[in-house]
Amino acid sequence: MSDSHVRAGAADPARALPACLFAWLVPGAGHLYLGRRSKGLVFLGAIGALFLLGVAMDSRLQLYLGFEDPLALLFSLAQMAMGLPYFAARALGYEAGQVTSVTYEYGNTFTAVAGLLNILVVLDALDTARGLKR
Amino acid sequence: MSSHVVTLVVFSALVSTVFATLLRDELRSRVRFGLWAFGCFVLSTLVLGWLMNPFPS
Repeated sequence: MSDSHVRAGAADPARALPACLFAWLVPGAGHLYLGRRSKGLVFLGAIGALFLLGVAMDSRLQLYLGFEDPLALLFSLAQMAMGLPYFAARALGYEAGQVTSVTYEYGNTFTAVAGLLNILVVLDALDTARGLKR
Repeated sequence: MSSHVVTLVVFSALVSTVFATLLRDELRSRVRFGLWAFGCFVLSTLVLGWLMNPFPS
């Protein structure tokens, strides 16, 4: 398949880097920056709600960057992919979570999945800026 | 949100919405894919839960 068949929209490579940065910082902001308003708002609403619900369910948001526990490292990286909301929640004092809470594990799942979905959204913003997606 | 089922439904709905928006371009196909993904999430969780029922921790 030739490249012309793959391209779906107007390419704007100069905006790819800022779009990815905005998309990481705030879910959906990269698409809003690229003029994809409806997609950006859906991502902002859905991923933002996932993260906020996770924090409300007493998720742990502690930063872990060691290699002694690889799963904890991956978990922390997944949560950090949420960008500003993750660091804002930590700054507001929600980093410890509450391990005795009934919803603690659900909260961890919500916040980690929100970050992982945001990675897909960043990649989608990159493809959109490169003209590979609409 | 201490109900397992409510948590499952909310999680499935939000994740399905993101997947449908990422993977489909037209509104109609987005809605269809989102509903299909939502059904798969909920159904597979119920089936797995039912299969695990004879094996309590």
